[in-house]
Amino acid sequence: MELGIGAFGDASRDPRTGTRISEAQAVRNVVESIVVAEQAGLDWFGLGEHHVPDFPVSAAAPVLAAAAQVTNRIKLSSAVTVLSTDDPVRIYEQYSTVDAISNGRVEMIPGRGSSIESYPLFGYDLQDYDRLFADKLDLLLEVNRSAHVTWEGTTRPTLTGQYVPPRAEHGQIPIWLGVGGNPNSVIRAASLGLPMATGVLGGSATRSSTNAQLYRHAAQQFGNTPEQTLIMLGSPGFLMQDGRQAREAWWPHWRQFMKTVGEQRGFLPPDRASYERDTAAGGGLLIGSPEEIAERILLMHEHWGHVRQYIHIDMGAVPQKDLLHAIELFGTEVRPLVQRELGNTSVDQLIGRASMPAVSVSGAAS
Amino acid sequence: MTVPINRVAILGAGRVGTSIARTLVDAGYEVTLAGSGRPANVEMIAAFTAPGASARWAHEATADADLVILALPLHRLSSVNPVVLAGKLVIDAMNYWPPVDGTIAAFEDAPAGSSVVVRELLGISHLVKTFNHTGYHDLEPDRRPAGHPERLGMAVAGDVAQDVALVAELINRIGYEPVALDRLEHGQQLQPGTPLFGARPTADDIRRSVTSSVVHSA
Repeated sequence: MELGIGAFGDASRDPRTGTRISEAQAVRNVVESIVVAEQAGLDWFGLGEHHVPDFPVSAAAPVLAAAAQVTNRIKLSSAVTVLSTDDPVRIYEQYSTVDAISNGRVEMIPGRGSSIESYPLFGYDLQDYDRLFADKLDLLLEVNRSAHVTWEGTTRPTLTGQYVPPRAEHGQIPIWLGVGGNPNSVIRAASLGLPMATGVLGGSATRSSTNAQLYRHAAQQFGNTPEQTLIMLGSPGFLMQDGRQAREAWWPHWRQFMKTVGEQRGFLPPDRASYERDTAAGGGLLIGSPEEIAERILLMHEHWGHVRQYIHIDMGAVPQKDLLHAIELFGTEVRPLVQRELGNTSVDQLIGRASMPAVSVSGAAS
Repeated sequence: MTVPINRVAILGAGRVGTSIARTLVDAGYEVTLAGSGRPANVEMIAAFTAPGASARWAHEATADADLVILALPLHRLSSVNPVVLAGKLVIDAMNYWPPVDGTIAAFEDAPAGSSVVVRELLGISHLVKTFNHTGYHDLEPDRRPAGHPERLGMAVAGDVAQDVALVAELINRIGYEPVALDRLEHGQQLQPGTPLFGARPTADDIRRSVTSSVVHSA
């Protein structure tokens, strides 16, 4: 089991002080978090894409590139790439470039994303979403497979053997399909032979694990190999040594985040009662002490059988020093507790990808 | 339309459709799901996410249904052939939700609410709005039997009293206190942006919140 961190890059207003950090500082904070995640022994870091003041990381690839230069081991991924409003050829070029800088540590999660601001920004029609996503995913997978791309679809002119550099050095870049929980998307992941990245974003930690059963069954129907049939899960998470203190500390930030989302989307923020329910044993918010969170991940693993769990940490302006401390606890305390039960097989081993030697920029093994 | 509801067809096998399907199967209804894909895919979805429900093409699922539930994204409404709904009792569980799903011209100017537009677009007469104000992830855990102190409410809005009564009984059976609203256009007060949307209200909360409406407990 691998453990990792997910982030957006957070410049939202701190509910306690009323202040904001700059958007530029939010970008730099992410790079710092990635470095600390590697130092804490974590396996993976995923970075989202938004185009709003609260979450100003609009271009994940250069942020991952900066982190690639100052890390050696941790996997670097998008979480998620809003594929429908981007150019799959350009996405591949950017991530294969980061793959080169990082010596083969890049992954991608293309998905719809949960916000829609990129559609008007890049001139796309949201009502065209299904066609855009299917077409662009098909092209992204083809560019990942073939250096010379021959491809035909409905959202752009035909490609007739054009070369797309730089080619990833260690074979195809691992691509997980981002699935929000819709069972049709689960079947899509299986039908394409892709591993699935999905989330438990509150509520029950285990109820939606029927999607894991559906995914495995569908994968079998489509004749996929076990290497193709992998699940990773992301959940909001925050840790402090004392679990109760963690839940107290995180509540104003979570409420602030959900309040902002609710104001945009027309629903009320969660009440404290539902927060207590969702952070208690069995709940889908991974907020607590290292022991509590390790236990939750083991419970989730019983139901989901996933191979990687990440916690999404930066929402509602949690101070950076508290985030870094949570990352440290997740790596140094939760990871050993989880791996003691589930082992430390890496995703690379599971997908039959040669583990990358940690190579420094000068080429010397570190 | 005085026959009690037994067979229910759900159009839409996504998160909303499958969670409604589970609650109906639990309550003893005969449930058929129809999705945008082949029944073989929907069958897989049903087998794992709504065991006990069967899967068919939409026109087959609706043919012998006592009730049809629209649980698809609103922008896919045009994929529903209105002919299969003719004369049927239909629930609109959908929402017009531009911040999440983008704008749809036909729903931008809807002074009487999105369900009235749905009824006009489909050219049907027996449309009832319910389920829409409850989150799909809350629908199952929040069910409570009648008389339970923590039982929550569910609004049921429609123009035909008989239709509302039939649907209210179904809502009661799955585990919510139905609050009947006697006009489909009162469904406006259940839409995104209203105090009831996603709020897990009790029946009294709904009665207090819904204004300018004849509210009577079914």
